[in-house]
Amino acid sequence: MTAYILAQQLVNGVVLGAIYGLIAVGYTMVYGIMGMINFAHSEIYMLSAYLSTIVLAVLVYWGIQSPLVLILLTLGVAMSMTALYGWVIERLAYRPLRDAPRLAPLISAIGISLILQSYAVLTQGAKTKGIPTFIEGVTRFGDAVNNVQISNIQVLILIIALCSMVALNFIIQHTAFGQACRATQQDRGMAEILGINTDKVISLVFVIGSAMAAVAGLLVTMNYGSFDFNIGFVMGVKAFTAAVLGGIGSLTGAMLGGIILGVSESLFAGLVNSDYKDVFAFSLLVIFLIFRPSGLLGKPEVEKV
Amino acid sequence: MQQHRLRTLSVLLFSLGLSQFSFAADTLKIGVGVPLTGRNAAFGDQIFRGAQQAAEDINAAGGVDGKKIELIKGDDACEPKQAVSVAQRFVEVDKVQAEIGHFCSSSTIPATEVYAEAGILAITPGSTNPKVTERNLPTIFRACGRDDQQGKVAAEYMVNKLKAKKVVLVHDKDTYGQGIADSVRTNLQKLGITESLYEGLTRGEKDFNALVTKIKALNPDAVYFGGLYNEAGLLVRQLREQGVKAAFIAGDGIVSEDFVTAAGGKQFSQGVYMTFGADSRKLPSGKAVVEKFRKAGFEPEGYTLYAYTAMQAIAAAVQGTKSTDGMKLSKWLKANTVSTVMGDKAWDEKGDLKVTDYVMYQWDNNGKYAEVAP
Repeated sequence: MTAYILAQQLVNGVVLGAIYGLIAVGYTMVYGIMGMINFAHSEIYMLSAYLSTIVLAVLVYWGIQSPLVLILLTLGVAMSMTALYGWVIERLAYRPLRDAPRLAPLISAIGISLILQSYAVLTQGAKTKGIPTFIEGVTRFGDAVNNVQISNIQVLILIIALCSMVALNFIIQHTAFGQACRATQQDRGMAEILGINTDKVISLVFVIGSAMAAVAGLLVTMNYGSFDFNIGFVMGVKAFTAAVLGGIGSLTGAMLGGIILGVSESLFAGLVNSDYKDVFAFSLLVIFLIFRPSGLLGKPEVEKV
Repeated sequence: MQQHRLRTLSVLLFSLGLSQFSFAADTLKIGVGVPLTGRNAAFGDQIFRGAQQAAEDINAAGGVDGKKIELIKGDDACEPKQAVSVAQRFVEVDKVQAEIGHFCSSSTIPATEVYAEAGILAITPGSTNPKVTERNLPTIFRACGRDDQQGKVAAEYMVNKLKAKKVVLVHDKDTYGQGIADSVRTNLQKLGITESLYEGLTRGEKDFNALVTKIKALNPDAVYFGGLYNEAGLLVRQLREQGVKAAFIAGDGIVSEDFVTAAGGKQFSQGVYMTFGADSRKLPSGKAVVEKFRKAGFEPEGYTLYAYTAMQAIAAAVQGTKSTDGMKLSKWLKANTVSTVMGDKAWDEKGDLKVTDYVMYQWDNNGKYAEVAP
């Protein structure tokens, strides 16, 4: 086992983890503010893969060649479309149940995720779809035999993930909207009394979370080249795990949790056995949560009196 | 008013039920249980199209024993649990007289238990796992080869033609994928080669980079994958992206042009080898039927003609015995030779084809596959 292989596995793991993290952000934000798990989130990610592909096809048809312009435009359109989906879903499936028992919105979330999946199958078919590679090239460190490589698209994933995290953290910590968010998270009733429109805050959180899912959807599609209507499921489970590991409700925690999960999966598969990598990753989660139930960066639950 | 409407509705429903009853007498009901949704829907589509065309052609020629064939669709989504409930529905609700399917071996194995118990003839066009016909179930047949035969062809090709010394075996932990990888493994050992790595990946995942890095470190001559086209496409793409140039070989689980889509382009699928039955589209016996498919805008690739063959075998057996009793049909099929779109077919005591013809194919740079010259 050379250092190069170990380093390569770390690269594999961090890139995978950054993708988990981008989706985990959506789970963690919604949980933080409403205390509910938005099971439909992974399906938004799935839809965004379809949306990005359609937008890309249209843009290429119009004769746009530059990869950077293509990515930025696609990202813009896909993000606004999924943001709209997020807003509508919150409006239709969760807002009417705001004061219902906690289980009710959970069930309606599962319902929405089934609806979205069936919608994709009915409108786009069950077949695997693919996109051509339009960002190529890798950077290799080392000689021809022993080397560590990272492809340009993987670099892009890391940059975009980092930028998104910085931007989100800035919004939550330093803007008026972020302040309203934190207030709603601490005590929705009190925030309302103080004049914060909590419905609007919650809507915006859904919009932001869904837009982040669109970022992940485009990046994953570009990295792996193909997708189908079922990609949300596995990714959803992994991203949710990442959010719990990092401490649900914490933004930085979600990204950190994603990277820990990605790296541990990758190292276990690479050094031990890929058959049992999920068993290992989830055992790790269980053991970790026994000793630290609120996750890495989560705050212990304080009973509200 | 409300009650009135209800009554009308119930009368309507009742008469509908009646009409269905009167129909049942003069049709031959054949269930087709395949994955029509889910990630392996491409194969279900091939099989259903094949069976549908065969039924149409047979009906146009006057039907079977004076009866028209009526197809009943069942979607198993390639999931064992759903396959069993489709099988139960076929037997108990639809009362099918014979069945074509299923596709994934992991679905076919439990579903055929249901057909066998009900004494219904079932022919799978595409399940190649040996266990399907090794359970002493007299009414279960297959219209394709077996993985022990397929694995032998792949292993011999890797050793004799590709001169591979270091071989990596990867599978998808499913009945079919692991079964065929095991068969390749056994055959490699017979040829004096022990694999360098034998590992499973998880179906439905996208990232196999960790496994690929591990393979890269071993620097193998050939990578064999037992599994279906989605994972095969992703795996070969990630291998090539990390610069692994070893030959990539898979079984009949990738015989669909969707393999190229899953790999994300022809540049990745190019050069991939796979084992599959000799191209039935080129046989003189199937020329007219192949033309018909192409005219309808459907390329009869993969298992399309196998399903057509299965339907012809059922029709021939029903015609020959003047019965729909599974045991009688089974005896007839094991004793006679059926002339099909894929040539003359005969079955042995287990329900396997007497002659199978696995050959090696290779994907080209246009996203198509062709037989490799022996």
